[in-house]
Amino acid sequence: MTVIGWIQILLFCAILVALTPLVGGYMTRVFAGERTFLSPVLRPVEAAIYWVGGVDDKREQHWLTYTVAMLLFHVAGFLFLYALLRVQASLPFNPAEQANVAPDLAFNTAVSFITNTNWQNYGGEGTMSYLTQMLGLTHQNFLSAATGIVLAVALIRGFARASAKTVGNFWVDITRCTLYILLPICIAYALFLVWQGMSQTLGAYVDATTLEGAKQTIAVGPVASQVAIKMLGTNGGGFFNANAAHPFENPTALSNFVQMLSIFLLGAALTNVFGRMVGNQRQGWAILAVMGILFVAGVAFCYWAEANGTATLNALGISGGNMEGKEVRFGIVASALFAVITTAASCGAVNAMHDSFTALGGMIPLINMQLGEIVIGGVGAGLYGMLLFVIVTIFIAGLMVGRTPEYVGKKIEAKEVKMAMLAILAMPLMMLGWTAVAAVNPQALPQLGNSGPHGFSEMLYLYVSSTANNGSAFGGITANTMFFNITGAVAMFVGRFFMIIPAMAIAGSLVEKKIIAPSAGTFPTTGGLFVGLTVGVILVVGGLTFFPVLALGPIVEHLAMLAGTVF
Amino acid sequence: MDTTKLRKRMPVSTLFDPKIVIPAIGQSFVKLNPATLIKNPVIFVLEVVTVLTTVLLVRDIVQHQSDLGFTFQIVLWLWFTVLFANFAEAVAEGRGKAQADALRTTRTQTRAKRILNADNTELYEGISAEELEAGDLVVCEPGDIIPGDGDVIEGIASVNEAAITGESAPVIRESGGDRSAVTGGTTVLSDRIVVRITSSPGTSFLDRMIKLVEGAERQKTPNEIALNILLIGLTIIFVFATVTIPSYAAYAGGAVSVVILVALFVTLIPTTIGALLSAIGIAGMDRLVRFNVLSMSGRAVEAAGDVDTLLLDKTGTITFGNRLATEIVVVPGVTEREAAEAALLASNADETAEGRSIVLLMQEKYNVKRDVAPAGAKFIEFSATTRLSGVDIGDRKLRKGAIDSVLAFARKEAGRDVPEPAAFRAAVDRIARAGGTPLGLVDGERILGVIHLKDVVKPDVKERFAALRRMGIKTVMITGDNPVTAASIASEAGVDDFIAEATPEDKLRYIRTEQAQGRLIAMCGDGTNDAPALAQADVGVAMQSGTQAAREAGNMVDLDSDPTKLIEVVEIGKQLLMTRGALTTFSIANDVAKYFAIIPAIFLAFYPQLAVLNVMQLATPQSAILSAIIFNALIIIALIPLALKGVAYRAIGAGPLLQRNLLIYGLGGIVLPFIGIKVIDLAVNALHLV
Repeated sequence: MTVIGWIQILLFCAILVALTPLVGGYMTRVFAGERTFLSPVLRPVEAAIYWVGGVDDKREQHWLTYTVAMLLFHVAGFLFLYALLRVQASLPFNPAEQANVAPDLAFNTAVSFITNTNWQNYGGEGTMSYLTQMLGLTHQNFLSAATGIVLAVALIRGFARASAKTVGNFWVDITRCTLYILLPICIAYALFLVWQGMSQTLGAYVDATTLEGAKQTIAVGPVASQVAIKMLGTNGGGFFNANAAHPFENPTALSNFVQMLSIFLLGAALTNVFGRMVGNQRQGWAILAVMGILFVAGVAFCYWAEANGTATLNALGISGGNMEGKEVRFGIVASALFAVITTAASCGAVNAMHDSFTALGGMIPLINMQLGEIVIGGVGAGLYGMLLFVIVTIFIAGLMVGRTPEYVGKKIEAKEVKMAMLAILAMPLMMLGWTAVAAVNPQALPQLGNSGPHGFSEMLYLYVSSTANNGSAFGGITANTMFFNITGAVAMFVGRFFMIIPAMAIAGSLVEKKIIAPSAGTFPTTGGLFVGLTVGVILVVGGLTFFPVLALGPIVEHLAMLAGTVF
Repeated sequence: MDTTKLRKRMPVSTLFDPKIVIPAIGQSFVKLNPATLIKNPVIFVLEVVTVLTTVLLVRDIVQHQSDLGFTFQIVLWLWFTVLFANFAEAVAEGRGKAQADALRTTRTQTRAKRILNADNTELYEGISAEELEAGDLVVCEPGDIIPGDGDVIEGIASVNEAAITGESAPVIRESGGDRSAVTGGTTVLSDRIVVRITSSPGTSFLDRMIKLVEGAERQKTPNEIALNILLIGLTIIFVFATVTIPSYAAYAGGAVSVVILVALFVTLIPTTIGALLSAIGIAGMDRLVRFNVLSMSGRAVEAAGDVDTLLLDKTGTITFGNRLATEIVVVPGVTEREAAEAALLASNADETAEGRSIVLLMQEKYNVKRDVAPAGAKFIEFSATTRLSGVDIGDRKLRKGAIDSVLAFARKEAGRDVPEPAAFRAAVDRIARAGGTPLGLVDGERILGVIHLKDVVKPDVKERFAALRRMGIKTVMITGDNPVTAASIASEAGVDDFIAEATPEDKLRYIRTEQAQGRLIAMCGDGTNDAPALAQADVGVAMQSGTQAAREAGNMVDLDSDPTKLIEVVEIGKQLLMTRGALTTFSIANDVAKYFAIIPAIFLAFYPQLAVLNVMQLATPQSAILSAIIFNALIIIALIPLALKGVAYRAIGAGPLLQRNLLIYGLGGIVLPFIGIKVIDLAVNALHLV
């Protein structure tokens, strides 16, 4: 570990914290329907969209109507994307003449992109036409991100409003989110990336002759426009197979740094939106602090593990830590930081191969996702996931101070606890269940790249990443098979919607409650005790659920490595 | 609270009284019935997996498998765990039953004299009390046990309510007014009353009380339901965590037996809190009953823990109710000693509370001896016309009384106008401004001074209100006094707010305003005009001495008719929730150590490297698993006393309280099982159990 490395990590945190209230303030105004500096340009566009869609933007929806609207929207998005993948060969903007995508892969990919997972069982430059990349994948990148954000906002309204019936209008929220937040940032961001050297063209792949005289095809395409939303919307689906390790998808150290920031930007800002909407920004900062503690601990551990390398490497006289699978352009700190960020948020873009991390270093991304990606998390998804844990925490804390638990003035009762538990249950069911099925499936096992605990981690990572809607791959495993395509898609679907629906039910239940005035008997949720307790509950619940698999995967691999056995 | 007095009233069994423990052991087996156990989901799941392992044990015996001794011990301890859980509940219920039995003896064989014709109360028939319907009229004469709850509609009688309240001093019950309610099971001592029965058979106050303390009518409270959901959720998570293990083991080329998986599962699921949850609820209700407060539902007890504002009547709650002497102010030319002696003489035979307080004050503060009373003294009693009382000793005429009357008396004695000393007037004004009552003292024509009579605030209330404030509870004093007096007492008692010249409507309005701001209100009351406010309040404690209307409007009844009880009720409510929270935290925190005991033990066969996770250095995989199971069972027994007594409550504010409980039950819950399992492991190996 180096001082420069730590400065880079600190700088990242400082800039993020500085941006949080700025972006949070802007987002709050957008979702409150207030005027912003972009309104003169965008308001007519917005009004036109409502007119075409027949939406009455003054009329709000009950939580159930809101949820059904969201689900219908996803059904349409899924059908459209699936069809596009299946017929892309006959459509324009296909200079590389990509074939139609196979049914199971198309199914997996369509589910993957509507659920904000962006798991890729394909290589982008070898499978997708430009039209599919732009109209199918980038399009869903915007909408799945916007969906996450508006659902979080609906849940926040549940906390913020007193004795109300409605949680907002899905069509209005998603329009405003895309129009006022995602699009403007992405336009500026994409231009910045192009300036940094990223490709942005509809032209065909370029053939080049290398120094040795060999012929090489260099893949290009409309990359910058897709990468901007891929990062900002925590989607993570790369244009190229190598994702953010590819020079055209991550050209410079600066683009790497900005990409890392953009992954966390909206997720962090949403904590501030929460604070503002419930009338006390400190509530938002407390949640950000919970996330921050878990994040910094993860980064420090991962950085330490990677910088120290392994005993085996050191014995061979290779010093300077574990560089296997890392881009020399970025080095250890930027790779470790990127890996923790991308798995803490549900991004899944990678600039290094997680499979090649040390056993312990690679465990951190795994844990980040197993906790449910609540450390900043996917845009919106991170906040509502965290609020579910907060509900459980507050419930226990409330009991311990002898009061019916309450959070930001809302009583937490049986219904909220039930829904929070339901959502929290969905994760281990998918993550552990499918891993157990795969571990004894003779069709699945030959696809593993390694044997023993490392092979186990590859399978585990696949389902953990899918369920958490992360989309990053551990690598090593060949997952484009019928079994992994279908089971992975189920994991992604359940991981997304079995979290969303209970969260919305909580929003609906909370919004009808009165707001209780705080007193000295109320457990304060802005202080260090609350932050510490929430971190504790997250780690204990997560730890108790996943200790056996971690012991059988990375932990035993690490211990074996110390004894000289590698897999 | 005067606990010695309470102990006399309600029998309190020691924690493990054989009279309760022995039947409870029997009950533990009766409760194995899955149909009843299903109400406690965690323990039900525990029973299901225990039966499963028993079946496997039988199979192993038939097939002559190896390791029978180990499997047998695991199965045995699993059954112990279930039984211990049942035992915890049975002990809690047993303690309630002991109280109920005492009550029940009073109910048996009561005869009622039912009036046949409402116009003629002389004509009645003798029937069994159980046949009485609501609306029947009954006659009760001296020596009769009142056959059911009702209102006195004719007559006045003294009634012994010891059966209900434990207090043997008789109380007066009369038709009309606020003292008309009578309770079934109490005895008429004198006079004849006609009672209209208001309760149907089996629903009387006594019946409800018996059911309550027995826990028979116990319904899960909202909070208990929420906690149960959390526990079920955790149980399901651990189902996922354990049932997937065989598959992972198969991948690694090993195998894990079902018995060991069950052992892991049982130690992980929250059996500790699951086992103690209903005991905590029953014990909470029990504590209330022991404080002589009956709650109509567990919901009300929980609500009491959430109360934000307490409405307290001034008289009897905040002040003693009687005005007491606090000082004597003399006029120039009179020594304090002289005035004090005169005051004592004038009050020596005065048996009113005020008179006694003057005697007491003079003795204690001014060191006057009481035996100075000379022979031949003639006591002058207070009369409404003179508004004076005092004593004549020879020619000396000592009087005390209202200021005007005292001045008039001095003038009459002197036969001329006696000037009112300036110091006298100043003292009178000062006392009146402070909300007190000035009492003039005169010796013949000579004015001696003023006695300050004060509505004295009870000595410990200020601290209690401060404690309540730290808990975040606001206290509001209700009084019929004028605002000046009210303000003075309010500031002295340290209440947060007061309502002066309060009418029942004022109370109701105040409650509604507070509730609109999202606060929970508790109040107590006894009169019929309190009924609307009692019904509106979230926690309404009616006094046993009050009217039937008030008792029905409230959701708790205080058998001692002591308004300060409200504070204890709040504390009991909080304690109930805290005990649940603390034991839940403890139960979950325990899992950390259990993982470290069992995970290395079950994977050791195929991943020997995991031995480093055996941080407790447990001897063998089998002893590790057995020790964890034994710890898991014994901790239930160990925590029964805590569940029944409740965790200690301190009024230190939410933050510090949480910090304290987290330290004890969270951190303690993590550390303790590491030690406990290690110790059990040493014992298991010393005894060669595996």
